[in-house]
Amino acid sequence: MKDFLFVYRNDFKNQPTGSPEELQAVTKRWMDWIGGIAAQNKLASPGNRLGSEGRVVRPNNVVTDGPYTEIKELIGGYSIITVASYDEAVEIAKGCPIYEFGGNVEVRDIVPM
Amino acid sequence: MKQQELIPHLFRTEFSKITAVLGKLFGFEYIEIAEDIASDTFLLASETWSLKGLPENPVAWLYTVAKNKARDYLRRNKLFNEKITAEIQYASTELHEIEIDLSDNNIIDSQLQMMFAICQPSIPAEAQIGLSLRILCGFGIEEIANAFLSNKETINKRLTRAREKLREENVKIAFPAAQEIDKRLENVLTTLYLLFNEGYYSLSQNTTLRKELCFEATRLSYLLTINEATNKPVVNALLALMCFQASRLEARTNENGEQVLYEDQDTNLWDQELINRGKIFLNKAAEGNDLSKYHIEAGIAWWHTDKQDTAEKWDGILQLYNRLLIIEYSPMAALNRTYALSKANGKPAAIIEAEKLNLNNNHLYYTLLGYLYTDVDNEKAIEHLKSALKLAKSETAKITIEKSISKVTVKA
Repeated sequence: MKDFLFVYRNDFKNQPTGSPEELQAVTKRWMDWIGGIAAQNKLASPGNRLGSEGRVVRPNNVVTDGPYTEIKELIGGYSIITVASYDEAVEIAKGCPIYEFGGNVEVRDIVPM
Repeated sequence: MKQQELIPHLFRTEFSKITAVLGKLFGFEYIEIAEDIASDTFLLASETWSLKGLPENPVAWLYTVAKNKARDYLRRNKLFNEKITAEIQYASTELHEIEIDLSDNNIIDSQLQMMFAICQPSIPAEAQIGLSLRILCGFGIEEIANAFLSNKETINKRLTRAREKLREENVKIAFPAAQEIDKRLENVLTTLYLLFNEGYYSLSQNTTLRKELCFEATRLSYLLTINEATNKPVVNALLALMCFQASRLEARTNENGEQVLYEDQDTNLWDQELINRGKIFLNKAAEGNDLSKYHIEAGIAWWHTDKQDTAEKWDGILQLYNRLLIIEYSPMAALNRTYALSKANGKPAAIIEAEKLNLNNNHLYYTLLGYLYTDVDNEKAIEHLKSALKLAKSETAKITIEKSISKVTVKA
C-alpha cells in the first residue's frame, strides 16, 4: 500500500456561493465522498482546507500577496489516501465533487523521506 | 427478595466492594487473597444463613465477617503480614488496629482505583474485561465463561496470566497523577466500551447475562462521573451512548431470544427514562472542546432514539458516521454508515458504496447487500443473503438471515 496526496484546485472565482442550504448541500457532497473513502479504510488523513489568502516569499525578501497573481487556479485543500496503485488512487479521485464546480484533483504519490 | 435470590444478588454487589477494598489494602500482589477472602465470606454466609435464617442487616454481617477473615489471614500468615504491614499506607503499629474501611466513600474510591489498575493496555482487552467482570462486578468464573462463549479453564488461565502480568509490572492500585489522568482514563473507557459491546452485540443467546454486562458497564461508567477528577466530558459522552443504546435492550430481542431489527422494533418498548438520562449526560459531554469518538457515537445513538423515520434523521446519522470513520475506521461503522447512506441518499447510491467495502469475510456485509438489493434486484438480494447464511456463526444470526430470505423470496 502506498500514500497518495490529493491536491484540490479550483479557480478562486468559482468558490461555491449561495444560500446556507446550498452551501450545506456542497459540504454534504464532500463529506459523503470523504466518508466513503474512510469507509473503505483508505483514508490516511482527511487533510485540510486552505484559506483563500496567501503570501509568496521569493529570493531577496520579496513577498507578494497571494499565489493567484499569476495563476488563476488556487489550491483549496488536500487529503491523503492509502491505496495499492496510482490507478486505484485515480479511480477514487474520479468521485470527487469538485468537477461540478470547475475544479480538478491532482494526484501525487508520496515518497517517504 | 427471597433468600435464594438475595444471596446471588448480594454476592455480585458486595463481592466487588469487599474485593476492591481489601485489594486496595493488600496491593495487587495479593489480589487473589482479597478475592478468596470475599469468596469465603459468601461461603460462610450461605451456610450460616441457610441454617439460622437471614441476619437483620446482611450487608453489615458480611462486612464484619470479611474484616475478621482479613485480620485472621494477616495474623496467620506471618510472612505476608510482615510484607503487607510494611507496605500498607495507613498501617498502624499493631496488627489488630489495621483499619478495614468499608465505608461508601472508600468503597467507591477503591473501585475506581481498581478500575485504573485493571485497565492496562499491557494485558489483552479480553483479559481486562474478564478481570473487570471478576473484581469490579463480582461475576463468577462460569458467568464470565458464558459471556465469552468459552469455558472455565480458559477463563481461569486468562485471568491468572493477566494478574501475573499486572504484578510483574508492579501496577499500583491508586488514582493516576493529575497530568496522567486523561491518558489513563482513555484505557478505562476503552475497556468499559468493550464490556458494554460484549453485552450488546454478544453472540450469546443468554439475554439476561447480556443485559447484565450492559448494566455493569453503565454502572462503572457512572461511578466515574461521581468522582470529580474523572467526571470528564468524554466519560459523560460514553455514558450517554450507553444509556441511549440500552434504551432499546427490551425491544431488540423477542420472547425467543431472537434479534429484532431496528426498523421492526416496537418503539413503545424503548425505555424513555434511559433516553432522558442519556440526554442529561450528553449535555454534560458537550462542555469543553473535546470531540471524541464517544461523542460522535453518542450523537448517532441519540438520533436512533428518534422514533420518526425522516430524511433529516438519516442524514444526521450519515454525517456522524462520516466523521466517526475519519477519526477511526471499523468494519461495523463502515457497514452502519452504508445503511444510513441508503436511508439518506437512496439504495442505488448505497449499493455502489457498499460494493467498494471489501468485507467479504463478514456475514453482516452480505446481510447489508441483501437488504440493499431487496426491491432493487430481489434475485441478487437472495444470492447475497445466502452468502451471509454460509458465513454466519451464531444461531441467532442464522435465524434472522433465514427470515429475511423467506421475506424476499415471496417478492422474487
